[in-house]
Parts: sequence; structure tokens; C-alpha cells
Amino acid sequence: MENLLNIFVKSIFVDNMIFAYFLGMCSYLAVSKTVKTSFGLGVAVVFVLGITVPLNWLLENYVLSAGALSWLGEDFADLDLSFLSFIMFIAVIAAFVQILEMVVEKFAPALYNSLGIFLPLIAVNCAIMGGSLFMQERAYATIAEATVFGFGSGIGWLLAIVGIAAIREKIKYSNVPAPLRGLGITFIITGMMAIAFMSFMGIQL
Amino acid sequence: MSKQNEPLFSAKNLKLLTSPMGVQNPITVQVLGICSALAVTAKLEPAIVMSISVILVVAFSNVVISLIRNSIPPRIRIIVQLVVVAALVIVVDQILKAYSYEVSKQLSVFVGLIITNCIVMGRLEAFAMANKPWPSFLDGIGNGAGYGIILVVVAVVRELFGTGALTLPVFGEVQIIPQLFYDMGYVNNGLMILPPMALIIVGLIIWVQRARNKELIES
Repeated sequence: MENLLNIFVKSIFVDNMIFAYFLGMCSYLAVSKTVKTSFGLGVAVVFVLGITVPLNWLLENYVLSAGALSWLGEDFADLDLSFLSFIMFIAVIAAFVQILEMVVEKFAPALYNSLGIFLPLIAVNCAIMGGSLFMQERAYATIAEATVFGFGSGIGWLLAIVGIAAIREKIKYSNVPAPLRGLGITFIITGMMAIAFMSFMGIQL
Repeated sequence: MSKQNEPLFSAKNLKLLTSPMGVQNPITVQVLGICSALAVTAKLEPAIVMSISVILVVAFSNVVISLIRNSIPPRIRIIVQLVVVAALVIVVDQILKAYSYEVSKQLSVFVGLIITNCIVMGRLEAFAMANKPWPSFLDGIGNGAGYGIILVVVAVVRELFGTGALTLPVFGEVQIIPQLFYDMGYVNNGLMILPPMALIIVGLIIWVQRARNKELIES
């Protein structure tokens, strides 16, 4: 239980998808103009990460890694399909995002309209693929750990995008030099937020 | 009536190669491919290896998608693109693991993340789906090179001021700042090695680029 809490807090603050690894920056920069749309996209990312990381964990541990297929029979015990992991992970992610898009369109049409093209673009958001690849690299022992990591990473991403959207709404009234306006100042502010988040390093629960 | 074949390196085609290295830069203007550009620039060697990998993946996936562009059903367009790109990245990853294992370990998940690199998908959608294979190939090389230039610049600044040395692909670590400077009291800037500096350096590059090209300034 403590281990799960540790992973959860670490993945939100210390291993923050945006500030520590810079994953998901493209949609982070493109959608963060207002807090409302940022929040909607952030929640969608939490959901996608929280479901696809455990799904890919199952795939990794029962199909892909060396010897994983041994539950099928003795002769499959020395198969190592890990070279297929990229294509399998992205297939799971793309399929899940497609299903999510259909569900959102049916049950929350207002959210569907406000997110527009960015909902299907979650499939190619580096943060989603990154979540699965980090899960593979760190080799989490149980599906609970993988799920907690997925949700935590998503919440970290949500925090980051809502934070920068709030700041961008405020600096609309500031005197930013013309060449820095928009993209440039966002990069610099994100850099400073990243330095701030470094203060969380070394947290152990 | 015979079709006039455009020469391989006509002015229009050369523009495809050169404009992404300047006013159409994928990172600073099109805002694509930011993620990996920031994360692998702590040292110069991974940045160079990453740039070469991205150039190859963008160029060849552009060619493949351009060749089959008329036979892809619109509903599964993204899935077909993802499959092509994923296959190419698997090949690049295996080559890297075989010939350059230490760098591949340093790049860790970011090689796999080339699949979701917005430059690849962005150019496929914006160019390869509507253009012939040869221009698509040039467009891929141009955008990959534009991406590579930014990566190398950020990596050089970060590593030079952060450690005083540059890690080159074949020569290994090369000390640039002479010992004399250290003796006189010069100290390496530790902040440069940390990830956030990459963001700030790219912000400064954008500042310089937009100050020189006024048409890029947002209203």
C-alpha cells in the first residue's frame, strides 16, 4: 500500500510527464490558451493513461516479454516478442482512444465538440506512449502498480496543463516583447515551472 | 500530351529541403517534435544520433505513405500511418541497439517515442498524403534536418556551458574549455545540465528567430 502511494505521488510531482520528461508538449502548448479546454483535455489524458498503461502491462507480461508466453505451453517458454512492443502498445492506445472518442461523442457531446480534433490526437500524444514505455522500462511488478502509475502520470500532466493555462490567461495583460509573445514566453515560463517542480525531487513516503 | 517531369532538384524541390531549416522550422515555428527535442539534449552525441534517426524515419515514412496514399481508406488513415511509422522505428531501434548500444541506453524511451513524434505524423498528414514520393522524401529530410539543427544547437549550449566538454560521436568527450579558465576561477554552469534549461534555451532561440523574421510574430 505504501509502495503504491509512493509511486502515485512520485509520478505526479517528481516524474511529472511535462516538467521532468517533456512528454505531451505539443498538445500542452497548443491547447493551453484557456483553463476550461485544458481541464477537459487533461481529464481525457488521465483517463487514457489510467486505462492504457495497465492494458499494456498485461500485454507486456503475458505476451511480449521473454518467456511471457509460457502460460500457453512449454514450447512457447523461450519466445521473446519484445521487439513487437512498440507496435502493440501503439495499437492498443489507438484502439482505446477510438473507443473513447465514440463513447464521449455519445454521452458528452458538449465535451466532444469543445475538444474537437484534440481527442483523436491523444492517440499520438507522446505522454500516452511514454507512460507505456516507462512502465515497460521500470518493469512494475503488479498491475496495481502499473495502474497507479498511469493515473498518477495523467494527473501530473493535468496539473501542468491547467497551471500553464491559468498563467497564460493572466499574462495576456502583461507587456511581453513582441518576438516572445505566445510561444516563446510559454517555453520560458514552462522552464521556470520545471525548475520549481525540481524541488520535489527526493520525496520518499 | 506529354507530362513535363520536374527536374529532381528544381527550385521548388530545393525549397522543400531548405525552408524547414529556417522560417518553417518544425520546432520553433510549426511547434512540432518538442518533446524529444528537450529531453535528449543534455549531451551532444545523443542529440546527433536522435536527429539522424528522426531524419531517416520522417523521410522514409513520408515516401511509403506517399506511395500508398491513394489506396488508404480514410477511416483507418491514422492507424495505417501509425503502423508504417512504428515498423520503421522498430528497425531504427534494433539498428541502434546493435551498433550504438550506450547511446541507445541514453536515449532509452525516446527512440520508441519517435513514433508519436508530432513531426512524423504532422508531415505525413500535411504533405505526404497529398504529394508525390520524391517531394515527400525531400520534405522529410528537410524537416528532419530543421529538427536536428535545433537539437544540436541546444545540446552544444547545454553541454558546453554545463560541463565544459562536448561529447562527439566518434571522438568521445572533447574538452573545449581549457584548464586555464578553471584555474582563473571559471565554474561550470550546473543549471545547464538540468532539463528545464532546454525549455528556456528554446524560448530564447524562438525570441531571436522571431526578432529577425518579423512575419513570425504572433499578433
